Amino acid sequence: MGPLPLFPQEASSFAPDVDHLLYYLLAVAVFFTVGIFLTIFYFAIRYRRRSDKELPRFVHTGMTLEIVWSVIPFGLAMVMFTWGASIFFNEGRPPADAIPIYVVGKQWMWKLQHIEGQREIDELHIPVGRPVRLTMTSEDVIHSFYVPAFRTKEDVVPGRYSTTWFTPTKPGKYHLFCAEYCGTNHSRMIGWIYVMQPQDYQNWLNGGSASGSMADSGQKLFQSLACGNCHHPDGRGRCPSLVGLYGSDVLLSNGATVKADDSYIRESILQPDAQIVAGYQPIMPTFQGLVTEEGVVQLIEYVKSLGKPGPPVTATPQQVTAPHR
Amino acid sequence: MIRIELLTPNGHLFSSDTYNKLFTMHGVVMIFFFLIPSIPAVLGNFFLPLMIGARDLAFPRINLLSWYLLVIGGLFAIFAMLAGGVDTGWTFYTPYSTTYSNTWVIATALGIFVAGFSSILTGLNFIVTIHRMRAPGMTWFRMPLFVWAHYATSLIQVLGTPVLAVTLVLIFCERVFHIGIFDPALGGDPVLFQHLFWFYSHPAVYIMILPAMGVISELISVYSRKPIFGYSFVAFSSVAIAVLGFLVWGHHLFVSTQSFFAGMVFSFLSYFVAIPSAIKVFNWTATLYKGSISFETPMLYAFGFIGLFTIGGLTGLFLACLGIDVHVTDTYFVVAHFHYIMVGGAIMGYLGGLHYWWPKMTGRMYPEGWAKLSALVIFLGFNLTFFPQFILGYLGMPRRYHTYPSEFQVLHVLSTAGASVLAVGYIIPVIYFIWSLRYGAVASSNPWGATGLEWRTPSPPPVQNFEKIPVVTHDAYDYSTTIGEVIEVG
Ligand code: HEC
Ligand SMILES: [Cu+2]
Ligand SMILES: [Cu+2]
Repeated sequence: MGPLPLFPQEASSFAPDVDHLLYYLLAVAVFFTVGIFLTIFYFAIRYRRRSDKELPRFVHTGMTLEIVWSVIPFGLAMVMFTWGASIFFNEGRPPADAIPIYVVGKQWMWKLQHIEGQREIDELHIPVGRPVRLTMTSEDVIHSFYVPAFRTKEDVVPGRYSTTWFTPTKPGKYHLFCAEYCGTNHSRMIGWIYVMQPQDYQNWLNGGSASGSMADSGQKLFQSLACGNCHHPDGRGRCPSLVGLYGSDVLLSNGATVKADDSYIRESILQPDAQIVAGYQPIMPTFQGLVTEEGVVQLIEYVKSLGKPGPPVTATPQQVTAPHR
Repeated sequence: MIRIELLTPNGHLFSSDTYNKLFTMHGVVMIFFFLIPSIPAVLGNFFLPLMIGARDLAFPRINLLSWYLLVIGGLFAIFAMLAGGVDTGWTFYTPYSTTYSNTWVIATALGIFVAGFSSILTGLNFIVTIHRMRAPGMTWFRMPLFVWAHYATSLIQVLGTPVLAVTLVLIFCERVFHIGIFDPALGGDPVLFQHLFWFYSHPAVYIMILPAMGVISELISVYSRKPIFGYSFVAFSSVAIAVLGFLVWGHHLFVSTQSFFAGMVFSFLSYFVAIPSAIKVFNWTATLYKGSISFETPMLYAFGFIGLFTIGGLTGLFLACLGIDVHVTDTYFVVAHFHYIMVGGAIMGYLGGLHYWWPKMTGRMYPEGWAKLSALVIFLGFNLTFFPQFILGYLGMPRRYHTYPSEFQVLHVLSTAGASVLAVGYIIPVIYFIWSLRYGAVASSNPWGATGLEWRTPSPPPVQNFEKIPVVTHDAYDYSTTIGEVIEVG
């Protein structure tokens, strides 16, 4: 029947943190479980009924006792809370230099793209020791990206981006599971994460059959969907320039300001009427149904490649001639 | 059946669709049609009026109506099952349930919707009864803790269930009329569903466990012949659990793209619920101190409850802990945790209560030897079934998996073995309960020397409950009123 594993592998920088917290929780749990079991056993034997007629004396409720056994567990619980929250806090904060990976879940497979252009299905190759940030969305129902060896999990929700990150610490092959029930083949929506030595990873990247980076694919889409007919690099005509857009603050027609992040650009493409840039008319058509979720992230990478926000928001044509990173 | 299928990693017996329908039905039937109504509808209906010295519930006809509603709801669910089943999980997460599943979602949802009204009406009936129908002298703080627990439960039923009803109506609107509420393709928000759903379904956990806690308070007191230590703490902790239970639903959404801040608040609040639960366990244990403890079957169930509920509750602290929950949510760890609470807690409480009040309800005693044996079998079978699942969960085995990687097999086999033991444990009582109806020893009006008013009327009670409405002159659990001679222990 095979081996009997009792403890999962620790293969990310979070894993030891989570496990240490687990040890604390286990210690508390074992202490109380054993304590209560033993007390009950002891009382049950010591005070067993010896005669059918006996009537025990009334024991008064001890106020101090009630307070003590409320406050001590509460204190222990607050340690759990703060410790757990601090790990969670780190899990929500990917470092800036993390390798970006785009994930699209659909019934019942994982589609992953590297910005260099490699695409994978149900497999993800990443280098050891480098933080990796996943930007994820779903084409249909909710899925959840779960790598037990990394102790990370995040739902993959249609209609929005969720992110998670981790730093793999040990080369090897690890399970990727879908953890949110998603229909018939939910239990087959699984895959492998390959954590490789940096050199092997480079070889793997170079060896792939990628046809240009994600930004390149995005640029092609940009042309084929005729986005460029409206969006000119110099911002002429009735549409804003996308140069330098990514990461900048956009003033909307309703007076609010939003950060032009992945979700914002996704929404601009799929639901252009939801948020209108100040000074422009809502004439952009929706591209819902014309471009896949994978296409959208390529477009985002393309927009990103058009430059980081700089002082000149109205870009000069020179900046546009060098779209590559 | 579910456990047998999981014996082998690849699942040979059924297709994945069948498996998905099975676990959905298991969840729906167990939660909405068994655990939620079990103790309130059977024990509560029967004993709540008796225990406060009333002839019946405040609205007997509404009570009948709520019974019919439960049956009608059940019929819808059975229809859905026979017609082809549902495969959404009992949680009905959107947009799967509204757009993608092509099974009998509406029929099942309708069943739950109707059963929900049954739950609301029962709750309402209990609240009014407790407020208006107490016998003379039965002050609030003379009420048995079983009644307090039902009071708290009823509050949740009345306040929470309408939210579930609304949520189900919204599912209906989206599924049938394609009104965009939850499906982003229609302009909806799928996570909104989870908020609405858990706003009811987390408190629903307490609908299931609070009545069982009430039963345990009765049992611990009777079989140690002591008033419950910290009576008012135990009484108020029920109400505290009911109230706090409404503030923690977000702990099911830590990885559902909820904000960091929301996650933190819900984790923090979840720890507050732990305190009243801990208070109960400590007070029960302290009640035993210097008691006169006997070990009839109901008491064994009470011990079993405390043990399993303690484990279930403590593992709840793991899940409320953000850093750990990210890893173990949606795995077998959660499955194990809630079975410790629901089966280890609620069902142990139900069985304990059933044995305790069986003589009163039927006028017959159950066979003590067999009953003790089955209590032991259930306890062992339960632990063998669900303890390995904690380990499976931490290893990363996701829930609702029809097939799984082979390294998890040993633990699954253990769990299945446990389930067979557990099944035997459940079958024995069914047999001897039926047997006892005819052949059991005739029960006296108060075989356990208990103090509750229900024991001051014949077994089984007359239609009017009491010949004459009793007048209450003592606190609950004052055993000097029932035990003749006094021999002090300790
Ligand atoms: C019919 C002309 C037209 C086409 C075609 C068009 N857009 Fe737009 N787009 C606009 C206009 C006008 C705005 C500003 C008003 C608004 O926010 O909707 C805009 C806004 C945007 C924004 C937000 C810009 C900002 O400064 O915040 C993004 C991003 C964008 N479009 C991307 C695209 C992409 C990608 C495509 C191709 C798939 C595309 N657009 C096709 C007209 C167009
Ligand atoms: Cu899935
Ligand atoms: Cu909950």
